Amino acid sequence: MKKTGAQILCESLIAEGVDVMFGFPGGVLLPFYDTLPQYPQIRHILVRHEQGAAHAADGYARATGKVGVCMATSGPGATNLVTGIANAYLDSVPMVAITGQVVREQIGKDAFQEIDITGITLPITKHSYVAMDTAHLAKIVHEAFYIARTGRPGPVLIDIPKDVFTDQAELTVPSRVELPGYKIPSQGHPAQLKNAAKLINEAKKPLIIAGRGVIISGASSALREFAEKAQVPVITTLLGIGCFPENHALSYGMAGMHGTGYANKAMESCDLLIAIGMRFDDRVTGKISAFAPHAKIIHIDLDPAEIGKNVPVDIPIVGDVKPVLISLQKLVENNSRISWLRQLDEWRQQHPMLDIKDGDKLLPQRIIREIYEATNGDAIVVTGVGQHQMWAAQHYFFDKPDTFISSGGLGTMGFGLPAAMGAKVGKPDKTVWCIDGDGSIQMTIQELATLVQDDIAVKIAIMNNGYLGMVRQWQDLFYKKNYVATPLSCPDFVKIAEAYCMAGITVTKREEVRPAIDKAMAHEGPFLVNFMVEPEENVYPMVPPGESNVNFLEQPKKEVSAWQRRSTP
Amino acid sequence: MATTKHTLVALVNDKPGVLNRVVSLFRRRGFNIDSIAVGHSEVQHLSRVTIIVNGTTYTVEQVRKQLDKLIDVVKIFDITSEKNTTRELALVKVKATSATRSEILEIADIFRANIVDVASDTLTIEITGDEDKIESMLKLLKTFGIKEIARTGRVAMVRGTLGAPPPEDKPVRSRVKRENA
Ligand SMILES: Cc1ncc(C[n+]2csc(CCOP(=O)(O)OP(=O)(O)O)c2C)c(N)n1
Ligand SMILES: [Mg+2]
Repeated sequence: MKKTGAQILCESLIAEGVDVMFGFPGGVLLPFYDTLPQYPQIRHILVRHEQGAAHAADGYARATGKVGVCMATSGPGATNLVTGIANAYLDSVPMVAITGQVVREQIGKDAFQEIDITGITLPITKHSYVAMDTAHLAKIVHEAFYIARTGRPGPVLIDIPKDVFTDQAELTVPSRVELPGYKIPSQGHPAQLKNAAKLINEAKKPLIIAGRGVIISGASSALREFAEKAQVPVITTLLGIGCFPENHALSYGMAGMHGTGYANKAMESCDLLIAIGMRFDDRVTGKISAFAPHAKIIHIDLDPAEIGKNVPVDIPIVGDVKPVLISLQKLVENNSRISWLRQLDEWRQQHPMLDIKDGDKLLPQRIIREIYEATNGDAIVVTGVGQHQMWAAQHYFFDKPDTFISSGGLGTMGFGLPAAMGAKVGKPDKTVWCIDGDGSIQMTIQELATLVQDDIAVKIAIMNNGYLGMVRQWQDLFYKKNYVATPLSCPDFVKIAEAYCMAGITVTKREEVRPAIDKAMAHEGPFLVNFMVEPEENVYPMVPPGESNVNFLEQPKKEVSAWQRRSTP
Repeated sequence: MATTKHTLVALVNDKPGVLNRVVSLFRRRGFNIDSIAVGHSEVQHLSRVTIIVNGTTYTVEQVRKQLDKLIDVVKIFDITSEKNTTRELALVKVKATSATRSEILEIADIFRANIVDVASDTLTIEITGDEDKIESMLKLLKTFGIKEIARTGRVAMVRGTLGAPPPEDKPVRSRVKRENA
């Protein structure tokens, strides 16, 4: 029996295990939306802006490990997806973005709402298709999902002309993908594994830096077993947070521009750096000529194009992180490395990133710790971009993968709210906190309406400092406090929430923090807490741009007092 | 770092938009492509692309790896360091008077080029060869006045029976030396 393109698309999505998609309709998508109710297995969440659909699919994918799906109409709908697709591309997030297109006959004629979306997204997609024939649709969808989730994951775009939705074809379920040009490296070269093990066994001061690749590969326990056997301390990148328990004795936190002083000192003095599933982003390396100057480097990554891209390496291992770590674990010797670990602990004493200022001021760092305590460290935390993002990375402690969700490569303000929405939809039983900035949230604030309409119980904490804080911090430190275009006059966020028929509360005093958090979590639906935080607080430590990582600036010592982290068993 | 000429050979899917994907990776890095030639290969549905670019070994290797990641690129090799045969075809329209015609014909003969069109005041010459050969002939013809040149871009093939090794068989090795290791 023949089916329409719209039916074929729905059935193909279901065959890929899709149970939810984030979308926004338009003229060319009408045949699709007309058909969608025939397939109640697919939950469609109507966003308020297509950027929100892409970020929600992104957050959903990061929280669940599954492929996120978003959809937009031709022209402006498709271009509105672009930022979200780029964001997923830079952070290797599996996503399938479906765009409607004008009827085939009109393509190339500047038809109403016609835009060359595959051309626009060429450099920010892993692959893309224009489905020009209904008979090919099932195969295209199957390939798109395969490409999006395998190897180094990424977004794949499918552009579908309106009349391909209405044309009919036989639905032939594709049984396998044939992509001779698509190569997925797997195990790692045995000779290189041996060489790596030898270097690790000989190293006096080895250090692991782990990135999002560990999470993507599902290699957290493999990493842990490897690190424990060889007694190698572990630091992470921003997106690697959660891949190694931060309460583990071998964990030394995040490295890089706002990383811990001790992580950055460890990179500076290690004699062997084992880089796992990370890509030597400039925010991690600092000044490249001063990066890990005494270390040999082992780089484990699935993507051969990452090897030697930013930093020359001594032993490249191209392969999936998990099997590589399992093999390495067998090859390395048990070790203790007492003096090296003692050295790191000493640095941890000298540069206690965890300490924050005393006093009555409403400090964002303290709020984040209180959220940590109130959630027993068990929430999914999604952030916007700016100071609040770095404080969330520093002051919430993540012990599990897929629990810290943040825009790393693109640094997209406005990511937080829609991504938190996607995460909550994917993990409805988890508490999801969106820690956002007053600037960031205003870029996608309309998604509050989506939270309400679809009853998605995200808890939102706005760190309302009245500034584009991170930019203000750079103006403070490097532009003589010339605060141009950074002070924000913000709306009353609680009134905004209420206007969207959503509950919210403003917090101005330190002692109101915990009760407000508890209230938010006790509330059944979505909830917004507007924290009026100290306006000119800076994020420390900070490596000034272009500087070597060890030249980090710290919070002046006299201002801080110790804070003991409650250990989670 | 010094730039050198690199010859890349790729087998790509014969589908719309593929060339665009290939070329855009060069554009992003500001490469000026010296020459690019596309045509059918020995495999059905696969086209063969020969690209000649100037760049440092490091950047060209980066682009090669990125190209290798494209789903539509089935194979790609940098054959710069292999022994290979490179050829290009050029059509050259030269001004020719009764006084100069025989001299031009003589030059064409020396280069084993063919005369493909004769008009009252021009001759069109077809020449095949490597870049040096074509350039030498053009230099000689210049004095007569060249009206038009059309060149195909270079195609290249590794010599011997084996051809270029598939990229998977090459050991994965970083080509860049670490300064302070
Ligand atoms: C879409 C976008 N535009 C601009 C920037 C540059 N930028 C980075 S952080 C920042 C300030 C963010 O302000 P806010 O969300 O209030 O967070 P805060 O730093 O105050 O915590 C800006 C403007 C960006 N990252 N993304
Ligand atoms: Mg702010």
